[in-house]
Amino acid sequence: MKTFRIGGIHPEENKLSAGQRIKTITLPERVVIPLAHYSGRPSNAVVKRGDQVKVGQLIGKADGYVSANVHSSVSGKVAKVDVQLDASGYKRPAVFIDVEGDEWLETIDLTPDIERKCHFSKEEILTKIQSAGIVGLGGATFPAHVKLSPPPGKKAEVLIINAVECEPYLTCDHQLMMEKGEEILVGVTILMKVLEVKKAVIGIENNKKDAVEHLSKIAQSYPGISVEPLKVRYPQGGEKQLIDAILKRQVPSGKIPIEVGAVVMNVATTFAVYEAVQKEKPLIERVMTISGKDVKKPGNYLVRLGVYLSEVVKQTGGVPKGTGKIIGGGPMMGRSLMNLDVPMAKGSAGIVFVNEKEALRKKDKNCIRCAKCVTVCPMGLEPYLLMNQSEREMWIEMERNRVMDCIECGSCSYTCPSNRPLLDYIRYGKSTVGLRIRKRQTEKV
Amino acid sequence: MNTILISILILGGTGIFLAVLIYYVSEKFKVIEDPRIDEVEAALPAANCGGCGFPGCRGFAVACVEADSLDHLNCTVGGIETMGKVASILGKTVVEHAPTVAVVRCGGTCEHRPRMNEYDGVKHCFIAHNLYSGETGCSWGCLGFGDCELACDFGAIKVNPVTKIPEVDEDKCTSCGACVRACPKNLIEIRKKGPKSRRVYVNCRNKEKGHISRKACNVSCIGCKKCIKVCPHEAITIAENLAFIHDDKCKLCRKCVEACPTNAIVELNFPPRKIKVENAELQHVE
Repeated sequence: MKTFRIGGIHPEENKLSAGQRIKTITLPERVVIPLAHYSGRPSNAVVKRGDQVKVGQLIGKADGYVSANVHSSVSGKVAKVDVQLDASGYKRPAVFIDVEGDEWLETIDLTPDIERKCHFSKEEILTKIQSAGIVGLGGATFPAHVKLSPPPGKKAEVLIINAVECEPYLTCDHQLMMEKGEEILVGVTILMKVLEVKKAVIGIENNKKDAVEHLSKIAQSYPGISVEPLKVRYPQGGEKQLIDAILKRQVPSGKIPIEVGAVVMNVATTFAVYEAVQKEKPLIERVMTISGKDVKKPGNYLVRLGVYLSEVVKQTGGVPKGTGKIIGGGPMMGRSLMNLDVPMAKGSAGIVFVNEKEALRKKDKNCIRCAKCVTVCPMGLEPYLLMNQSEREMWIEMERNRVMDCIECGSCSYTCPSNRPLLDYIRYGKSTVGLRIRKRQTEKV
Repeated sequence: MNTILISILILGGTGIFLAVLIYYVSEKFKVIEDPRIDEVEAALPAANCGGCGFPGCRGFAVACVEADSLDHLNCTVGGIETMGKVASILGKTVVEHAPTVAVVRCGGTCEHRPRMNEYDGVKHCFIAHNLYSGETGCSWGCLGFGDCELACDFGAIKVNPVTKIPEVDEDKCTSCGACVRACPKNLIEIRKKGPKSRRVYVNCRNKEKGHISRKACNVSCIGCKKCIKVCPHEAITIAENLAFIHDDKCKLCRKCVEACPTNAIVELNFPPRKIKVENAELQHVE
């Protein structure tokens, strides 16, 4: 079975919510829709206080090319356009809407029928994806239309659908594939049409055998699409790792996947593309996983954007006793939430409750030069060296040692027998080196 | 016998030739440096702190010698005494610069600003700041992990283990600005030391609206403008819900300290007041 070339770990899978059918969260009285995205510029609000909005109506217009539109996920009255604390405790612009009923825009097709034929041209599809505000739902929330327009001179050969879901606990993509398999494959054909490629591969880790079987069966009637089961290994969901696993091609340092003729799209994004193109439905909701060892009923839920996470948690059984830490996203790449009163964003894939015993870090000891971190680094870096250089603020040396290639997967910190905070220091170094590089580029201009 | 003589001649000859060559080269390519630079450098405190804005004391000495007047040059460590010596060496006049000191503008002690979460990552302000806003509800305030303490070469700033807020030792502080650069929240400011080290300043950097900042911290500036109204010297301005006292205009009348409803404006090193003796301790947030 295929997997990527170097590094990687295999953390406890803990897919507790696997096989739980997707349930819908009922609408709260108020939603707060964030206008800022994890990557790209924040959108500009196009509604003001007192405006009536319907589900699917545009409320935030993209600011520039690398930005995404934001649509209302509820119908009701705009209470205010203000700032809202995000998961890291900083203020971000957001639109506050008081919910009144559930009235959708007339153009959105709400019938459950699957539209298999796509009648639109390449340009029409791209415009639809851009206006629907679709971003990568794997976590980085990079605008999809930018990814689907390769720079001039570059040509995509293969489309790779990222259905790996290598994060422990998370099962939202798995369940989406089980329930919306047909729609996802139509989405893949649409993406193939945009990119003008003949071949698409859906990469799924082998701990989801039912999804592999289910999608393979449907894929038989779609020429050019194949399903590739992959060996379970973290961080296989990383773009460069997935290309390495499936195509055996390595993306050069500092380059993007199109360099080796590949475009990678997340499976949930593919489903959103299907809905946007065939059903005219913008990105206003997504599936998220609520899980954790002490959670009574771990499950997968369809949540509208802007619903407070506290409301989601309340409807799914509340915070379990003895919780020490709540993580937004998966336990490997996710960040602990300092507050549950943060709105659901496009990139929120899950909430994981960690009990007190597992929440705290163990005391760090001296480095014993075992080189385990070097062995597991999927980018072939030397984490122990980067950490030392970051501690000593040796930015030039860090840049030379390719710190910007780090994907912040955390494999080094996970595997370190001395519990050294490798990723913390590397992340600090990476952000400082990134700033230095940007400063240099602007000075050159 | 002959062998010894030949070797002595060859070695001796080579030696003399090289000596002459070295002497010639050293004379030809001699770097003529102003001898006053060495003298000035000897007069400087040799702290190499960079507080003057030059790379070390040598850099400052070169600048002093090359400059037309010493008006804009000042050694923050040595003060007027050192600058007087420098001036006498160079035969220039010197103006007195008001002594300055580093001031930490956050009063959010554990008592005033409750901790809402626990950070167990690397105890390093910059790393915590990269990750999130901090352990309290105030995203502007001190993180308390002591990057400023690490940056200080003079041991002048120390994080108080009880309040988790850094405190500046005025006698040791040379106002070199290392802590100012180290603080990711931009809390530290170089201010005039004031007569008898008496100072009045706004002990807060929170730019949120009043109700939000007050919720996070009891002693935050809420931008109520009461201080502006009472100030007779127009020394206070408010920008983005945050008051700022300009130390060049402030006459230390302390009316704003009394007017501030949240005790965000503090006075330092003043003798205790006669009327409000019981409140004096509260206001002395050092």
